Amino acid sequence: MLIEFIRKMGTIVALAGLIALCTRVQAQGPFGTPNESSAFSIPEKELVQPAELNRILADKSGDKPLVLQVGSRVLFEQAHIAGSEYAGPGSQQAGLDQLKKRVASTPKDKAIVLYCGCCPWNRCPNVAPAFKLLQSLGFTRLKVLYMANNFGSDWVEKGYPVARGY
Amino acid sequence: MRAATKAHRWHSRFAWLVRVLLFAGLLPVVPVAPVCFAAPPGARSIIDKHAPQIDRLDLDGHRVDLKGLHGKVVLLNFWATWCAPCLIEMPAFSAWQQQYASQGLQVIGISMDDDAAPARQLVARLKTKYPIAMGDAKLGEQYGGVMGLPLTYLIDRHGVVRLRFQGETDLKTIEEKLKSLLK
Repeated sequence: MLIEFIRKMGTIVALAGLIALCTRVQAQGPFGTPNESSAFSIPEKELVQPAELNRILADKSGDKPLVLQVGSRVLFEQAHIAGSEYAGPGSQQAGLDQLKKRVASTPKDKAIVLYCGCCPWNRCPNVAPAFKLLQSLGFTRLKVLYMANNFGSDWVEKGYPVARGY
Repeated sequence: MRAATKAHRWHSRFAWLVRVLLFAGLLPVVPVAPVCFAAPPGARSIIDKHAPQIDRLDLDGHRVDLKGLHGKVVLLNFWATWCAPCLIEMPAFSAWQQQYASQGLQVIGISMDDDAAPARQLVARLKTKYPIAMGDAKLGEQYGGVMGLPLTYLIDRHGVVRLRFQGETDLKTIEEKLKSLLK
């Protein structure tokens, strides 16, 4: 009876360890540890969900944020959030330079939303460097659009407004 | 009888473990991504339609003419150098190109990079075994909208698009479907 109890407790402890380990692995994404350029490095409180951004953009009375796409130009040309601007890929220095130039005359308290949607969130190389750049430049109302899968699945297919062209 | 009881006990324990993991939502830890066999709702589906024509030069200056590949099964992969899952898939596609070439497979890569230079560098480093051409927004739109990478299509021997894999996909799944088209 006692042995059976000890066995069960051992199984429960082992499971708890496994769950803790798996949770950690899940948080890092399936293929490894996120580095500083990973979108996972952006604090959750700095994220905005697609539905929420759509609501903000649709609200005619509210102050509209500046929405900047910091990913691929080819993808931007196919479809982008209506009213958003292409600001260069955040994973490349040339892209960061372009972004810096774009916001040079923007007031630091202007609401800005960055997005990419090139890849699943844990794979996006663009949003985190762009976010860090604008943060270091002192922008105080900065958000990043959270897209779990990609721009197609998380924005276009939801029926939110898109525009084409560059 | 005792062996059967023992086996039953182990089976019960295993089932319990699976239930706990499922409840905790931890089974998807395995690096397998969502697979889309058809275009998702809202996207313009090209499944079961003739593949839009591709006629352009690859990075080596050779012509890539999709119509000229009728009779072959084509794996068409949209990728980019900044797309981490794409870089995991590409060596496998190279291996398949060599392994299944005699059965009629032709892999074609379409880089959705903004410029050819990084694509050229990466292809040289990976020693890719199949032609890679540069894509653009127009080609992306013809293929139902490439609004996330990687994106892979399987085209049958008659030039009809049969399958679509969006995002980080289990390579075994793609290979199984590929093999069934090659039969």
